[in-house]
Amino acid sequence: MNIKIKELKTDVAVMKNLEVSVGRVLEETWAEPVGPTPFPSITDLREWDFKLLQRYKPFYLPFCDVCCLCTMGKCDLTGNKRGACGLNMAAQQARIVLLACSIGAATHTGHARHLLEHLIEKFGRSCPIDVGGINVDIEAPVTRLVTGIRPKTLGDLEEVLDYCETEVTHLLSACHTGQEGSNIDFESKALHAGMIDQVGMEVADMAQISAYSFPKADPEAPLTDIGWGVADVSKPVILVIGHNVPSSTGIIDYLTDKRLYNKVEVVGICCTAIDITRYSPSMAKIVGPISWQLRFIRSGIPDLIVVDEQCIRADALVEAQKIKTPVIASSPKNCLGLEDRTKSPAKEIISDLVEGKVPGVLILDPEKVGEVAAETVMAVAPKRKKFKSIPEIEEVIKAAQGCTQCNECRRACPNDLPIPYAMKAAAKGDLKPLSEILEDCIGCARCDSACPNDFPLHSFVVAASQKSLIKEKFKIRVGRGAIQDVEIRNVGGPIVLGEIPGVVALVGCANYPHGGREVAEMAEEFAKRRYIVTATGCAAMSIAMQKDEEGKTLYEKYPGDFDAGGIVNVGSCVSNPHIAGAAIKIASIFAKLPLRANYEEIADYVHTRVGAVGVAWGAMSQKAASIASGFWRLGVPVIVGPHGSKYRRMLLGRKDHEEDWYDYDARTGDRVYVGPTPEHLFYAAETKEEAMVMIAKLCIRPADTTKGRAVKLTHYIDLHRRLYGILPDDIHLFVRTKADIPITMKDEILKFLEKKKWKEGRIINIPTLLPRLIRERKE
Amino acid sequence: MARAEPWQTAEISGPKKAHVITKPAVVVAMIKKAKRPIFVVGHKAVETELGEKKAIDFAIGLAKAAEIPVVATAHIVGEFIKRGFHPAAWMPAMDIGNRLKDSEWNGVDGEGQYDLALFMGMQYYMEWLILSGLKHFAYKHLTTISVDRFYQPHATWSFPNMKIEEWTKNLEDITSMLGEK
Repeated sequence: MNIKIKELKTDVAVMKNLEVSVGRVLEETWAEPVGPTPFPSITDLREWDFKLLQRYKPFYLPFCDVCCLCTMGKCDLTGNKRGACGLNMAAQQARIVLLACSIGAATHTGHARHLLEHLIEKFGRSCPIDVGGINVDIEAPVTRLVTGIRPKTLGDLEEVLDYCETEVTHLLSACHTGQEGSNIDFESKALHAGMIDQVGMEVADMAQISAYSFPKADPEAPLTDIGWGVADVSKPVILVIGHNVPSSTGIIDYLTDKRLYNKVEVVGICCTAIDITRYSPSMAKIVGPISWQLRFIRSGIPDLIVVDEQCIRADALVEAQKIKTPVIASSPKNCLGLEDRTKSPAKEIISDLVEGKVPGVLILDPEKVGEVAAETVMAVAPKRKKFKSIPEIEEVIKAAQGCTQCNECRRACPNDLPIPYAMKAAAKGDLKPLSEILEDCIGCARCDSACPNDFPLHSFVVAASQKSLIKEKFKIRVGRGAIQDVEIRNVGGPIVLGEIPGVVALVGCANYPHGGREVAEMAEEFAKRRYIVTATGCAAMSIAMQKDEEGKTLYEKYPGDFDAGGIVNVGSCVSNPHIAGAAIKIASIFAKLPLRANYEEIADYVHTRVGAVGVAWGAMSQKAASIASGFWRLGVPVIVGPHGSKYRRMLLGRKDHEEDWYDYDARTGDRVYVGPTPEHLFYAAETKEEAMVMIAKLCIRPADTTKGRAVKLTHYIDLHRRLYGILPDDIHLFVRTKADIPITMKDEILKFLEKKKWKEGRIINIPTLLPRLIRERKE
Repeated sequence: MARAEPWQTAEISGPKKAHVITKPAVVVAMIKKAKRPIFVVGHKAVETELGEKKAIDFAIGLAKAAEIPVVATAHIVGEFIKRGFHPAAWMPAMDIGNRLKDSEWNGVDGEGQYDLALFMGMQYYMEWLILSGLKHFAYKHLTTISVDRFYQPHATWSFPNMKIEEWTKNLEDITSMLGEK
């Protein structure tokens, strides 16, 4: 706490510019005592990290043989050679993981800081935190758990961000040459970065839910439109891209104030789209995830593009110029080389944009962005006439006839898509193979860059798919935000006992190996099986973008309750802490564990009892790395798609190492074999089928009741048999007593167990990795 | 044969790159020399067509001729069984990579770690990374060979990028030479 006094006159002295710093004051009115680790430093939870890392050891997958981060390099690190600084390959890989997680944590914390500064300016420091009214008492589970403070107003969040910023600075500094030298300590710091990231995200979402009145823990948040074809192209169209929503709210507010809402379309891509529909589900629409950027911009539909921050293509301005669309950059983190016109009169800026004097402007004032965007788009749209950069079909066919089949496009494609084959077919007038490519395309356009003929191949693919894209219209449930305390009370017991088989969190970006449909398939499979399916960000969008035979999307078919069989869109990337928070709240509300600054004990509880698993099927970014890392430290395993192997490090358990899988029985202190539960902490699956089986398996926890274990095994075995065509070969590791065996599979499994020479084991109700939690120590 | 360049253009590895397999006899010699070989086959073996057969059929032929245990990754164990072939084990690609890295691993049969691992049928980039992990952390006990169609620079030995026909011919030749006892 800092107290500044300009002038203080007393009987004995006159003091000017007095500043008193009294350190951190923790709230005294909160009855819950402060736990052991308020505002933990980068080493305070190191012991917990080491427990996890002892069980889930890193498997490094170097992207490159060398290190090139300092001028002594490049250093060849092959065969575990050491570089000029003394670092070996394992530590270098762990350093890169830490770097990625620190970038992710910095990005969310920076996002939260800019958002909070704006909201405090607009709504005041005393604006109350309210994420769910009377339905949510624990408004900030992650913040309470990590920092030990209970924020009540926007102003209270500043101190939380001060802490995050300090930690991120320390973490980043550990990456410097000549700092940390141990791979395991780098890993511990990466886990710290993940935890900080969760706090930063929670601050951002709490602040925007509270100030902007987003849906507040509402299972019945409204449905809104999503898809390439949702925009009414007869109107001027504003496209917003990014993650930080104030400039987009500025547009909605201006259109509302001027009663222009029927005259302009506002559509969005990526998380800013999710958040603008949380702000105004009736006025805003979602085009799609991150990978929809090029296909939509090149279509010529947007008459104006507003970008804020994160996950925006670096060539957005270049692409916008190709369709004669002006751009407004609105974040200090993404200025695009544009002139800062924040202080210029709005009329001047509008005139410059409409007349095409400048390709775009930087405006660091969300309200001004609203005015300039709305007025500019109405003037620009009639001039542009939806000028597009997608070629006509005839041009595609003609170009295809000039394709030399050099394969450079395919070799540049992350998904090895058969573009040369499709071009050969297109040359003969058959555009079907080209249009099929769009299904699996992540929209990176590396094919464009690679083509020696400079063919805009991504545009060819979009041109071939135009008819289906126009029809692309779906429904998505608007992000609901937090999980209600009463929902936790209802499901906490069934989750911990294993009767609700698990919580599956489908999160992350859209770098999918086979398009977003695989995410939707996973969501439906587990919702049907009565798991709780939660979603955020691009994954939440991908879930929406499939229809059944009756034309219904998953959000129309499944409820938004945090309950068995629900598909729960909690919101954007920064809403991920609501999922972590739900796990934390189970420990706090259901198990009544102290929450305040009690990270290790709560993480131990979540790890051993809460059958939750994260799935980031298209994880691409550093933010996705830090989000995953936040779940790891909390003891929640994360599965990524095959591209996730490029994060260069897995955290894998070894089920064949029996000695790795002993937990303490907190009642007696006995060390008891609990099986590989959960088997991995971070792992990339090769196929959707493999991931689905692993999801079911990773939901198994040591504390499952026999009934719960039987339910979980039923799903694991059933999925394995259906997708692999055979029984799993490790059932004996998960059957503790015969009562764990699913009744419908009893004979078959008993035979299997006999073959494996299985012996009955013990069930412990209170497993823990922490010796300090043992209640009665044996002498 | 084509040049030995990574199939995905930007997947440049570094100073240590795979030796190029110039003729099938190299693979045959390596397999024959190995004391404990193993064959890791990924899901793309089921998707990739070589003429009228699939890559998995060639993998089975090679494994039978060489009498090498197969580890099926992803979800394809059932596809092997449908073809009357029982893999020695099945597990995720990351798990087999992690176990091959561990010099103390006892193998799928409990008889000890392997000294030669053949790879086929994962996504190019995923196989690339697993081979990298093994190149850096298993180099003392393990030699790796990619028998895939595309050059894998992190393997110890790899075919260069090939046309399907060339690849088919190479796999047929390896199998046939291994059959000549």
